[in-house]
Amino acid sequence: MKKSTFLVFTMPSFIMMTLFIALPLLIVLIQSFQFNQDVLETIERENCDPFGCKTETITVPVLDENGNKIKNNIWVGFQNYKNILKFEQLSSVISNDGFEWSKIRSIDFYKALRFTLTFTFITLPFVIILGLILALCVNVLINRLKGPIIFITLLPFIITPVIGALSIKWLFIGDGILTLFLENILDKDIALFSQGWTIEILMLFYRVWHTIPFAFVIFYAGLQTVDKEKIEAAFVDGANRLQRLRFIIIPHIMPLIVFVALIHLMDSYRVFDEIVGFSASGFRISLQWMTYDFLRIDDSGTRSIGRASATSVLTMIGIIIILIPVLRRTFKEQKEKKL
Amino acid sequence: MESKLFNLTTPLKIIVSITIITWCIIALFPLLWIVVMSIKLPVDSFASNPLKVIIGPSTKEQVGGLSFVNFIFLFLSIYLFYKLYQIRKILFDLINPILKFSLITFFILFILYITISFILFFLIQNNLSEFVNILFSNLEFLKIFSYPIIGFTPQHYLSVWVGNEFYKQFLNTMIVTGGVVTISLTVGTLAGYGLARSNSMIAFWLLIFALIFRALPHSVLVTGYLEPFINYGLYGKKIAVIVLLVAINQPFTIWMLRSFFMNIPQDLDEAAQIDGCNPFQAFWKVVMPLMWPGVITTGLFSFLLAYNDYLVAALLLDGQSQTMVPAIMQYFNMETKMTDLVESIAAAASITAPLFLLVMFFQKQIVSGLTQGAVKG
Repeated sequence: MKKSTFLVFTMPSFIMMTLFIALPLLIVLIQSFQFNQDVLETIERENCDPFGCKTETITVPVLDENGNKIKNNIWVGFQNYKNILKFEQLSSVISNDGFEWSKIRSIDFYKALRFTLTFTFITLPFVIILGLILALCVNVLINRLKGPIIFITLLPFIITPVIGALSIKWLFIGDGILTLFLENILDKDIALFSQGWTIEILMLFYRVWHTIPFAFVIFYAGLQTVDKEKIEAAFVDGANRLQRLRFIIIPHIMPLIVFVALIHLMDSYRVFDEIVGFSASGFRISLQWMTYDFLRIDDSGTRSIGRASATSVLTMIGIIIILIPVLRRTFKEQKEKKL
Repeated sequence: MESKLFNLTTPLKIIVSITIITWCIIALFPLLWIVVMSIKLPVDSFASNPLKVIIGPSTKEQVGGLSFVNFIFLFLSIYLFYKLYQIRKILFDLINPILKFSLITFFILFILYITISFILFFLIQNNLSEFVNILFSNLEFLKIFSYPIIGFTPQHYLSVWVGNEFYKQFLNTMIVTGGVVTISLTVGTLAGYGLARSNSMIAFWLLIFALIFRALPHSVLVTGYLEPFINYGLYGKKIAVIVLLVAINQPFTIWMLRSFFMNIPQDLDEAAQIDGCNPFQAFWKVVMPLMWPGVITTGLFSFLLAYNDYLVAALLLDGQSQTMVPAIMQYFNMETKMTDLVESIAAAASITAPLFLLVMFFQKQIVSGLTQGAVKG
């Protein structure tokens, strides 16, 4: 294809991505060094009461012609980052009491970071292993059953994440059906939504439940392309089922495992819907939730855009660090294909 | 040889069946349970005995329920719908030559099925079984069939959709998803074709950047544009959400469409160009007719992204312009009485229904879409 034709075809998409992805990134970076505040002015006002008049000076926000407060952005350097990372508090915690997690976790950012990372890396092996097991099981089923089972399997995947999380929450909330079941078995009162770790387990469970179908479909497709002759040859050589899995099937679908891992890392790093669905923000927050929370109007009626931008930047740095190894691999692969 | 190799031993068969049955229960149970809860009075929905939740004795006493007759009619209509579902391919071949545009045929067929299911379940099935119930209850020997077995009340659905005007939020969601799907596909198809047919370095870097953009948390993009949107009066406008969701979706769309285009041999458009087409005619008249399955699949994923979005809509829309998912969460947070809680459960169950139909009709496309990116890379 000629270069000019290529440019015409990709131009709309290119403009779209520059304008609405690359440009916002730049804006976020700039905003993260700014502080948004009301423009104030000092005015003298005459205050009259029955005993005479007094002049006093008060500070009021400047209003524009529509009666909205005029705001301006002032440069604050790394102040937003400092407010989020709270290095002084961190260093004092570390120097006074040694390295203690519970103290560090009282700072929102580290709490969010801890949760996001645990969430991302704990769910990963579960998704891959359970997805693979399910794919292997469905693969040996008779054909008539495959369709309906794939149908059922896809449901947790396509359901609205917030609603999926809610539906699991309702099973466990207060007198939910499974809480009562657990209480019967364990013979004690259980309140799954009154402490952090139980909510965390539920969130992990939800994410695995939600992502297994995706891993399953990919692995299942991969299993269809395994070379049957190779398996037969291995069978003749006396390899048992486990050895065939270990030495033929898994190496064959290894690229797919990497693919699933890549997508899962990207998706679970931006964990957000679970926190909304399980109303977990009192106990567990994630990095993306922090940004969301700063963007909402707070009690004083303002949005902390500066802090939201700073958390955004920190979140992006995190995902880039996590993805560097995988990106490198894709980069090489794509480059080899070109040559 | 082959049969001996691929046949399973009995213990393995048992393990496989147990795994699959367990998974199916885990996959379905939460979803089925919200449906069961949503059709009961709050007393039953939150009863401690699971049997009570399913049967709903208080609901049965106070409002009534489904009798044997109802079940017969329900099963009959499900069966009828299933039969209609099975002939969808024949219908497709019947309509397609008239319209000459498979995407529109697909769309019309989908709407047709939704209408049919609505008429079948809510008008015919509902009224007919009601009629037979009354008829039977007046006959001495058939009376027993018209007694309610399982408590059932549609009141929560009615109060959500009619009383709380949830259809407004439904319309908002439809406008947002419709906009996102149309714009992402138009922009994405062009780019996907260009990327699939080009070996230049620009194409390579564009793809790499798209992959990085794919990883960005969605809140980042909202952070960048929230202030400008508020300042220029776009806050609360659906177009703002549409534009951001299209942008979020774009990297994924171009990767997927590119891999679909790569399946179509390049000789085809080269031949067309030798025959005198310009690149755009070759694209539109020769390549695109083969691409519709890929476009439909990608469209499905765009639909899911827009339909399921919470973050962007919650930050950029409010009140009347809100879409369904954030609206349900607001509902849920406002909850003061048990009835409100069950109503929000009913709302949640009803927004899942379209997704259910979607999987039913597009299972193949969803599976092919998921595997496309992975296998072809």
